[in-house]
Amino acid sequence: MPKTHHVRVRLNGVDHEADVDPRVLLVHFIRETAGLTGTHIGCDTSNCGACTVLLDGRPIKSCTLLAVQADGSDLTTVEGLMHDGQLHPIQEGFHQEHGLQCGFCTPGMMMSALALLGKNPNPTEQDIRWAISGNLCRCTGYQNIVKAIQYAGRKMQQGASA
Amino acid sequence: MIQQTSPEIGGMGHSVKRKEDRRFIQGKGNYVDDVHLPEMVYGQLVRSPYAHARIKNINIENAKQVPGVLAVITGDDLAKAGLAWMPTLFFDKQMVLATGKVLFQAQEVAFVVAEDRYAAADAAELVEVEYEELPVLVDPHHSLDADAPILREDREQKSNHIFHWEVGDRLATQKAIEESLVKAKVDAVFQRCHPAPLETCGCVADFNTATGRLTVWLTSQAPHAHRTLFALVGGIPENNIRVISPDIGGGFGNKVPIYPGYVCAIVASLKLGRPVKWIETRSENLQSTGFARDYHMTAEIGADPDGTVKALRVKTLADHGAFNAAAQPTKFPAGLFSICTGSYQFPNAFCEVDGVYTNKAPGGIAYRCSFRVTEASYLIERAMDVLAYELKTDPAELRLKNFIPPEKFPYQTPLGWSYDSGNYRAAMDKALEMAGYRELRKEQEEKRKKGELMGIGVSSFTEVVGAGPSHTFDIVGIKMFDSCEIRIHPTGKAIARLGTKSQGQGHETTFPQIIAQELGIPVADITLEEGDTDTAPYGLGTYASRSTPVAGGATSMASRKIREKARKIAAHLLEVSEEDLEWEPGKFFVKGAPSKAKTIQDIAFAAYTNLPAGMEAGLEAVHYYDPPNLTFPFGTYICVVDIDKGTGEIKVRRFIAVDDCGNIINPMIVEGQIHGGLTEGLGIAFMQLISYDESGNVQGGNFMDYLLPTAVETPNWETGKTCTPSPHHPIGAKGVGESPNVGSPAAFVNAVVDALSHLGVRHIDMPITPWKVWQILKEKGMAE
Ligand code: FES
Ligand code: FES
Repeated sequence: MPKTHHVRVRLNGVDHEADVDPRVLLVHFIRETAGLTGTHIGCDTSNCGACTVLLDGRPIKSCTLLAVQADGSDLTTVEGLMHDGQLHPIQEGFHQEHGLQCGFCTPGMMMSALALLGKNPNPTEQDIRWAISGNLCRCTGYQNIVKAIQYAGRKMQQGASA
Repeated sequence: MIQQTSPEIGGMGHSVKRKEDRRFIQGKGNYVDDVHLPEMVYGQLVRSPYAHARIKNINIENAKQVPGVLAVITGDDLAKAGLAWMPTLFFDKQMVLATGKVLFQAQEVAFVVAEDRYAAADAAELVEVEYEELPVLVDPHHSLDADAPILREDREQKSNHIFHWEVGDRLATQKAIEESLVKAKVDAVFQRCHPAPLETCGCVADFNTATGRLTVWLTSQAPHAHRTLFALVGGIPENNIRVISPDIGGGFGNKVPIYPGYVCAIVASLKLGRPVKWIETRSENLQSTGFARDYHMTAEIGADPDGTVKALRVKTLADHGAFNAAAQPTKFPAGLFSICTGSYQFPNAFCEVDGVYTNKAPGGIAYRCSFRVTEASYLIERAMDVLAYELKTDPAELRLKNFIPPEKFPYQTPLGWSYDSGNYRAAMDKALEMAGYRELRKEQEEKRKKGELMGIGVSSFTEVVGAGPSHTFDIVGIKMFDSCEIRIHPTGKAIARLGTKSQGQGHETTFPQIIAQELGIPVADITLEEGDTDTAPYGLGTYASRSTPVAGGATSMASRKIREKARKIAAHLLEVSEEDLEWEPGKFFVKGAPSKAKTIQDIAFAAYTNLPAGMEAGLEAVHYYDPPNLTFPFGTYICVVDIDKGTGEIKVRRFIAVDDCGNIINPMIVEGQIHGGLTEGLGIAFMQLISYDESGNVQGGNFMDYLLPTAVETPNWETGKTCTPSPHHPIGAKGVGESPNVGSPAAFVNAVVDALSHLGVRHIDMPITPWKVWQILKEKGMAE
């Protein structure tokens, strides 16, 4: 057996630590070790983005990182979006604008969107389309996802100025 | 017309926000890979690197040594239990694990089970299989050659021919074409592609040794049918099998068949008495599970010089891969391909299809499609364009001239369908207007003068959904009805269960909307469950746009049964006779005295507390709906493309989609379905291809090589609608999920060919890549 490594991350504001094989993918660590199954796996070539999470605020494909590489980092997954029982504007946007169908791409899509809105609170449609171009959706045709992200952008700006 | 309910009730026609969203946006969906059971172990398949090879030996000793490995199962092990082969859904059988030889690359050869998924993968690497390579058959056009290797040694018939199927009047069609003054012909390949839902296939099989019950969480679009097949093939009593199809991450036909991995997981769980999870990787998904299309088609049209069509003849070679694993109704070896006369009045038609084996993955599944309707629609819409070029007439004009007019419905087609309703001109007019068609044609003319390439593609499809009436439609013998059971609780809230299974279509919202429409119970008060064979009534599942036409009918009829009982209770409560009552959504009132009323909630309470003498308690109903006919949605799509002469790159500038799916349950969801289907059509027209090299190595077997549209290539879709209700459906609905995927490929291709038509181009096979276009431009001296 390979020697295990101790990995400690802050996951949605809670500390998680475990001894893991050096080859364990971060997405498996999140889904199986930490038990947060909202982050999905849709491919084996880093193409689909279903596994997108925020690592120190940046969107990363968690299937493409080893858990040991995330040691010491601050991770946010879809489960970390709600606050005090309130939906995050990005969640609200996806619901209001019918930005999801099967829901499988949705968590990763929302994390990519959030990273975009963090950098660019008022993105154009093209900005949005490029920002989510690493996230595949097979159901929606993206049009309502774009609207959902625009909805969230507006809402977050209102929230910031209120 | 459907009576409009209040927004609070949220019946048909309201864009009710989806009820299922709440869990998905929180990451609390429950997909198969999220199922985690105590003592659960993991399965991994060993697959063949060769397309055609004899298996000389399998050595599992090293694999068994990997720590954590619990079992390594081979085809020979399964053969002892009589399970090395399983029936496909279409009069063929398929190897679960290979015995003797492998017939396609990535074929399942052994199944390793271990304590965790990494150990299972390690051990799978160590299974040593000795192969002797055999000659490979890749091109279906050579399947019937005298020197072609015979692939299926298990069959009595020593040939690679699977079936011949024909419909229509061969001689009359031939004569009509010969006598026609204008002829058009197109050879079109609808390429092999794969639905690639974002979630791959998988299962958790849990055989409980204490109770003798087998529970299988399965990525299944048809959980009830799958339970029956597991019982029939595996010999487990059906009452001891529970199939649960939990949240499904998209299906598009990929999750209709039963795959070897499922069977292996079940066998392993029976053997080990522990839950076994098997989840395929994306590469496995693309390389081995149900592919779609692979139809090599020729269409010929005979017409008068004024453009009136006289006859259509279609000849097709169907590549089914190594096993005929098409998932389609028993009486239809080529599915509903005979819808190929489309929206037009053909006095004569003839259509024939031959199916053959090759060394490729098995399938022939209906990818967002009612069994070969997409191929048919693509072919006729391409052929009509070729005819328009022959006649030097506008493709929209040609279509308008030949449409079946509204007064001819129900319309009998020469190939045997009875179209329920249609108003094709209305949809076309609307699309032309939305597009500004005339101005576009003018713009195109001016661009051409400047040497710029712009194309406009029109597709006026008619498709066929809602399989289907029990006299004609069954899948492995099981009639294609569907079901709904509704229970109204004493407080007026309700639960409904159906035989279908949503994979993103929004059933938890739309079916309650039908009940809300019929009973006036607010949609918020109705819970909907599907996918658990222990609780839901039997049904054939969700694919081929059948949920609304069939299960929607069942939901409506079950609601009406409840309303009939509610009427009796209301009469009792109001002390009037039933005939004196009138209904409006949500209540019965006394004719002429609307204030004397009982709401459905009052009635529900009385059903448990204050019944008329002799009446059975409760307020519930179940209905198994056998549709009297299929439904025939239609529409007109217009695509505008610009082509870069330097790179061959195609930009979809605009896409106008006018759909007519009859009465609409939820406009927001219908529009979402159309966006999604059009995007899949875009992928098929320009990107998606599973091909094979001459050794049978699959190309396009992962997401690096199998291109799918991202948000960047996908345009903004412009949608519109007309409404021609289905006359035979209880709520006049027709179904919509597949229409945009059926109707759009021809619009895209017609647009590109139109952009190049003045150079003499008449057809380009999909996927139309920039490289293909650039080569044509170069050949024509147009490339920059
Ligand atoms: S799972 Fe597809 S990119 Fe990570
Ligand atoms: S909603 Fe199904 S993949 Fe995006």
